Amino acid sequence: MRMQNQRRVYGETLVELGRENKNIVVLDADLSKSTMSCLFEQEFPERFFEMGIAEANMISFAVGLSLTGKIAFANSFAVFSTGRPFDQIRQGVAIGKMNVKIIGSSAGLSDFGDGATHQSVEDIAIMRAIPNMTVISPCDAIETKKVVRFAAEYNGPVYIRVSRNDVPDIFPEDARFVIGKPVVLREGKDITVFATGTMVYEALIAADRLSGLGISVRVVNVSTLKPLDEESIIRLSEDVKGIITVEEHSIIGGLASAVTYALRGKGIPIKTIGINDEFGQSANTYDELLVHYGLTADNIIENAKALY
Amino acid sequence: MTIPQLEKKAKEIRLTIVKMVGPGKQGHFGGSCSIADVVAALYFYKMRHDPKNPKWPDRDRLIFSKGHAAIAQYAALGMCGYFPEKELWNLKELGSMLQGHPYLHKTPGIEANTGSLGQGLSMSCGIAAGLKIDKNRAPRVYCIVGDGELAEGQIWEAAMSASFYKLDNLTTILDYNKLQATGRIDERLNTNPVREKWEAFGWHTIEINGHDMNEIVESLDSAEKVKGKPSIIIAHTIKGKGIPFAENNAAFHNGVMTQEQYETALKILSEQGAM
Repeated sequence: MRMQNQRRVYGETLVELGRENKNIVVLDADLSKSTMSCLFEQEFPERFFEMGIAEANMISFAVGLSLTGKIAFANSFAVFSTGRPFDQIRQGVAIGKMNVKIIGSSAGLSDFGDGATHQSVEDIAIMRAIPNMTVISPCDAIETKKVVRFAAEYNGPVYIRVSRNDVPDIFPEDARFVIGKPVVLREGKDITVFATGTMVYEALIAADRLSGLGISVRVVNVSTLKPLDEESIIRLSEDVKGIITVEEHSIIGGLASAVTYALRGKGIPIKTIGINDEFGQSANTYDELLVHYGLTADNIIENAKALY
Repeated sequence: MTIPQLEKKAKEIRLTIVKMVGPGKQGHFGGSCSIADVVAALYFYKMRHDPKNPKWPDRDRLIFSKGHAAIAQYAALGMCGYFPEKELWNLKELGSMLQGHPYLHKTPGIEANTGSLGQGLSMSCGIAAGLKIDKNRAPRVYCIVGDGELAEGQIWEAAMSASFYKLDNLTTILDYNKLQATGRIDERLNTNPVREKWEAFGWHTIEINGHDMNEIVESLDSAEKVKGKPSIIIAHTIKGKGIPFAENNAAFHNGVMTQEQYETALKILSEQGAM
């Protein structure tokens, strides 16, 4: 199993895009060495804008760049790129459907040491609530690359969630990314697990182990959280005993909310695994936090057994 | 266009504002009338623009960061022929191309969605920076900010970025009418002193009487010649200028004219030879 760093691949993809398209411009708010937008800065200094620690100005400035035909990627940690400039995103980016891409780096609990102030548990919820916004949480480095390429080609606002840490490859290099399409990574007939981002891998591990216990689990990668393909969600939920959603995000406003809303009135048993309406905290390791908040294959297994 | 002709255009803008809003309806008269002379100078003297081709890549841009004063811009756009004059009379009606605040995709000639204060200057900086990347294109960006708006922290973030990136293709005009929605700026949240602040942020500053067309025209011309830094024209203005009952009256920031006031305003502006 190959591990790759999602943010590094993100930065490398930006550089590739920059070589292919002179209209790609990149902004950062003094976190370029963490978001890896520094790779773009090194190669295209004239198309990189250091905005200083001023996220509001960064987003509106990106809107201005997009008004001159540029494709603007605005970078910061997910907490800062969605939370601080919410109004700038709503008013400036979303209402006018501007060609601005907002990158939520070090998303979820992945900035494990820095604690609640730097861990984003509600970024997906914030972005999903805004009309005209597309919200994507890729599950591995390969999908990240495809998603960033999609964002550059798509004319409109996109939010992309990127983890800070190394993540195992799930997709083959030649996998296609289709916006809005949940991807069945593993078939199963008893339980469906809908997972997004870093939790997709945990779901696959859980499915492996559950098969040893005689429980057949379908694993679905829901990287596009908005627009959500409700039809597929329903289809993949109606032929099983129950479903589980798993996300490194609050259960409010993210995957759990989106999927349970899609399945409203269907009477399908649902378990939601996520952060239960609380903030993160510091820990010595990322894994410690995942265990603390129940974002693990073990917890998926327990929930699957309860549904079976 | 000569100075007297520009002055006449400014009066026409004010008369159009009054007619667009009409009696009994809420409208941002105060900050729209205070900036009317500058708007007239921009559309009818300074800016290179083509109403028949609103998206002409080489056009100069005007962004109202104080988006609530959009009616002054709508009046000018209508007078220029960006859209049929009859659209002016549908202001803020359901489905109208003229929204309460500037809306890029609905109104020809509008350059950005503004209204949430403090953001238009940042957008203007982004536009100016984007135009500078394409070195063969050198259109100029004009941005109108309010003095109440200067309380927004984002204004100063934008101000820093404009001087850092040497956006000398950006001219900002401060509509310095000394009033905000709830009263005098120096009694609400004082944004003074303004000139010293902008200078400290690395801007070239010019201070003028914002109702003197000669000074407006000269300042717009001289700002264009400044290299290596952005310019701000601090235009001392009177909120509600031209409508006596609205002048220096914070209640007309977003006020309602009675039928009697409406007729008075029409009479005064028409007598001044607006139309």
